[in-house]
Amino acid sequence: MKINVTVNGTAHEVEVEARTLLVHMIREILNLTGTHIGCDTSSCGACTILLNGKSVKSCTVLAVQANGKSITTIEGLATAEGLHPLQEGFKENHGLHCGFCTPGMILRASELLANNPNPTEEQIRWGISGNLCRCTGYNNIVKSIQYAAAKMRGDALPSTEPVFV
Amino acid sequence: MIQCKTSKAIGGMGHSLKRKEDVRFIQGAGHYVDDIKLDGMLYMDIVRSPYAYAKIKNIDISEAMKVPGVAAVVTGKDLEKYNLHWMPTLMSDTQMVLPTDTVMYQAQEVAAVIATSRYAARDGREAVKVEYEPMKPIMDPYKSMDPSSPVLRTDKPGKSDNHIWHWEVGDKAKTDEVFKKAEVVVEQHMHIPRIHVASIETCGCVADYDKINNHLTMYMTTQAPHAIRTVIALVAGHVGLTEEKIRVVSPDIGGGFGGKVPVYPGYVIAIAVSFLTGKPVKWIEDRSENLQADSFARDYHITVEMAGTKAGKIQATRFKVLADHGYTDASANPSKFHTGLFSIGTGSYDYDTAFMEADAVYTNKPPGGVAYRCSFRVTEAVQAIERITDLFALKVGKDPAQLRMENFIKKEDFPWKSPTGWTYDSGDYHAGLKKAMEAIGYDSLRKEQAEKRAKGELMGIGISTFTEIVGAGPSKDFDILGIKMFDSAEIRVHPTGKAIARFGTKSQGQGHETTYAQIIAEELGIPAENIHVEEGDTDTAPYGLGTYASRSTPTAGAAAAVAARKLRDKARKIAAYLLEVSEEDLEWEPGKFSVKGAPEKAKTIQEIVFAAYTNHPQGMEAGFEATHYYDPPNLTFPSGAYICVVDIDKETGQIKVRRFVAIDDCGHIINPMIVQGQVHGGLTQGIAPAMYEELIYDEDGNILNGTFMDYLVPTAVESPHWETGHVVTPSPHHPIGAKGVGESPTVGAPPAIANAIMDALSPYGIHHIDIPITPFKVWKALKEKGVI
Ligand code: FES
Ligand code: FES
Repeated sequence: MKINVTVNGTAHEVEVEARTLLVHMIREILNLTGTHIGCDTSSCGACTILLNGKSVKSCTVLAVQANGKSITTIEGLATAEGLHPLQEGFKENHGLHCGFCTPGMILRASELLANNPNPTEEQIRWGISGNLCRCTGYNNIVKSIQYAAAKMRGDALPSTEPVFV
Repeated sequence: MIQCKTSKAIGGMGHSLKRKEDVRFIQGAGHYVDDIKLDGMLYMDIVRSPYAYAKIKNIDISEAMKVPGVAAVVTGKDLEKYNLHWMPTLMSDTQMVLPTDTVMYQAQEVAAVIATSRYAARDGREAVKVEYEPMKPIMDPYKSMDPSSPVLRTDKPGKSDNHIWHWEVGDKAKTDEVFKKAEVVVEQHMHIPRIHVASIETCGCVADYDKINNHLTMYMTTQAPHAIRTVIALVAGHVGLTEEKIRVVSPDIGGGFGGKVPVYPGYVIAIAVSFLTGKPVKWIEDRSENLQADSFARDYHITVEMAGTKAGKIQATRFKVLADHGYTDASANPSKFHTGLFSIGTGSYDYDTAFMEADAVYTNKPPGGVAYRCSFRVTEAVQAIERITDLFALKVGKDPAQLRMENFIKKEDFPWKSPTGWTYDSGDYHAGLKKAMEAIGYDSLRKEQAEKRAKGELMGIGISTFTEIVGAGPSKDFDILGIKMFDSAEIRVHPTGKAIARFGTKSQGQGHETTYAQIIAEELGIPAENIHVEEGDTDTAPYGLGTYASRSTPTAGAAAAVAARKLRDKARKIAAYLLEVSEEDLEWEPGKFSVKGAPEKAKTIQEIVFAAYTNHPQGMEAGFEATHYYDPPNLTFPSGAYICVVDIDKETGQIKVRRFVAIDDCGHIINPMIVQGQVHGGLTQGIAPAMYEELIYDEDGNILNGTFMDYLVPTAVESPHWETGHVVTPSPHHPIGAKGVGESPTVGAPPAIANAIMDALSPYGIHHIDIPITPFKVWKALKEKGVI
């Protein structure tokens, strides 16, 4: 069946099966491979995208449920002016190692910051607790999100140097 | 403070350079194996056994073949025709690719369905009907050792039991003697549970066989592409796939941690199908398949004993291990080391007597024994020695920090010969523990604990002061399937002074594209940003054994430095020629040679490189390239002092890690930011087995937590805010004094956490709980002691 979706600002008419998962439509039909798959139980968040501005796990949504909606994937975050503050935050603060969880983490964090522009460390940790990262130990993901939050608020940017005891 | 010899613009060692590879990852432009799409590509899905042990009576593929899009169903009988139904493991054991008559563990591969799409392959998988005759599996390794147990590996001619190997090291007679006479002996039995690396990217491949040119390109999630190429040639050489016809490409990898070293049946089936059909075949496993069937880690049952004096001097240790390898020994150990480097388990303490022995057995669990972020069984060893050291301290009535300080090997005693034969290269254990104690405020924490204990509250402080052993390895002792464990670097500097460097290792998130560039920048003064690093393609990279066991910096990192020094020697000759002086009259500072006493007479490295292509001395070879295969003279011995503080809710057993300080000594630091990131990540992979993760099987062989719903990988909420720091004792034998760091935190964290929890419970006479120490186990122990 045919569905209409707007992906990263571009309108698409896509032919899908009724059972096609949104993540498979994004990755295999639209060839946007920045959205990843890390599990089969809706547990890891590697597939997180924005559906009408809300972060969802795209492995848990059918493509047909996205009909008429707008989707943002990691490929759609940077603009002509440059990287999104979260992308910059992750790079500047070593918020990734293998990068596999990163697109999902960033999109989840973008909704978190949209709802709460100045979250505490605790709020960030709970806010991304649906997204697993096996590499970083999360310290620097928290720091990356704090950096982006400051940048998006227009505050002075926190230091990105590593702090040692 | 870390001292840097180069400017920030050059970005050599010691600079916290931002990572070069991140640019693509943060924009969704990483290129992982599942992102590969080739023309005419087929998809493979795998039928797996619901039983842990069963005879296969029949496989009916007729319904599956009717599913639209299904092209073929492959069984063991099909592979048998080509003699591809068995393969060797990296430990020279044998493993079925697909079974012809018996399945040996739950989730074992039984048949493969090939189809034109991912969904059709899954539909076909559901339609394959397999008739089984289930048998009673052996799930307990002790039971497996029992002579009355049935023999599992009946495929091995003459096999009359389930024993795989026996291994021992140390002086048994002397150890027994010391134990007999010792004033104090403590003993503890423990199980280091079966866990899984659970990298967020699972395993997979695209096998692309080109029939016309008889050439295979294998894109796969492998940490060791060259070794894999050789293994494929060894397994498939008889069907005409010889090594020059094979290219292995390891694209970006979404975390490896040892789980992407072994060869899994799925890879082999994909190759076989591509070979037979002439079409590219993609196989990507699900998370559940990954957890249920891929190689596990750990699963050691250890009895550890320590002998010493009443005054708290450690005199000897004794270890007895039973290793449960599941259906086959699929460890990724160096071949001479059945228990990997378990013999590091004598620890950071100054005594000269130890004996260790281990036996391995088969059971009906998935195969393995991968070195999960650990230099081959070091995690198990460190858990044993650090737990028993605490129990010894308790028995002699000493503070565990004090006891460690009194027993540490002194820094002036390095190089130090261990009772099991290792030569520790360098370390300053006293400085590490002192720094950790100061950072966490040890003395005031002990006071606070005394006050809390008086009120009946549970607070614990745990220490782990471990010695690691990484960087395998010296080729005289270390090989995998006979291939020596050297590693390599090739540097090509282009005429304009920019370079490409290629390595036999393969990053899975460690940041090699940045750190290797920094090593070369340090040696040649070419800015790190002008050095492009490439790994993972066997057609272009020099041969190497890959990345695992924290070996990249000790081996390939060393190779980079040595190759760069060869180039610096050449640069000196060219500079002498250009400046018309003798080589001895030149001095080097990062990025240029100048004439001694006349610093204005100088040539930059870029000018020198340009001359190597445009104006080199007659008789000298043109160009500016070097390759080095580095064979380390010894392993490196990083160390760490970790302290953990926990608070436990008495009523519920809930454990909260309040603070965790990790002081690491990994020698000279290439990039402090990346080292810290490695430590953070490793610590989280340390808290995981200490408190959350364990693969659990019932007695019928069913896995009870084979999905991410119930296998508890820590989230940002469970993961504490880590505090890290370092002391630096350079490795004296490594060209840049580095030691490797990736696995230290995974190895060092579990005992610190376990010791903290046991410290909290010790006033109630609770002195050991096996990891993972869950709230339920704590609550139960408190209940049994009548505390609640
Ligand atoms: S792929 Fe794991 S939550 Fe979607
Ligand atoms: S960076 Fe590897 S999973 Fe997060």
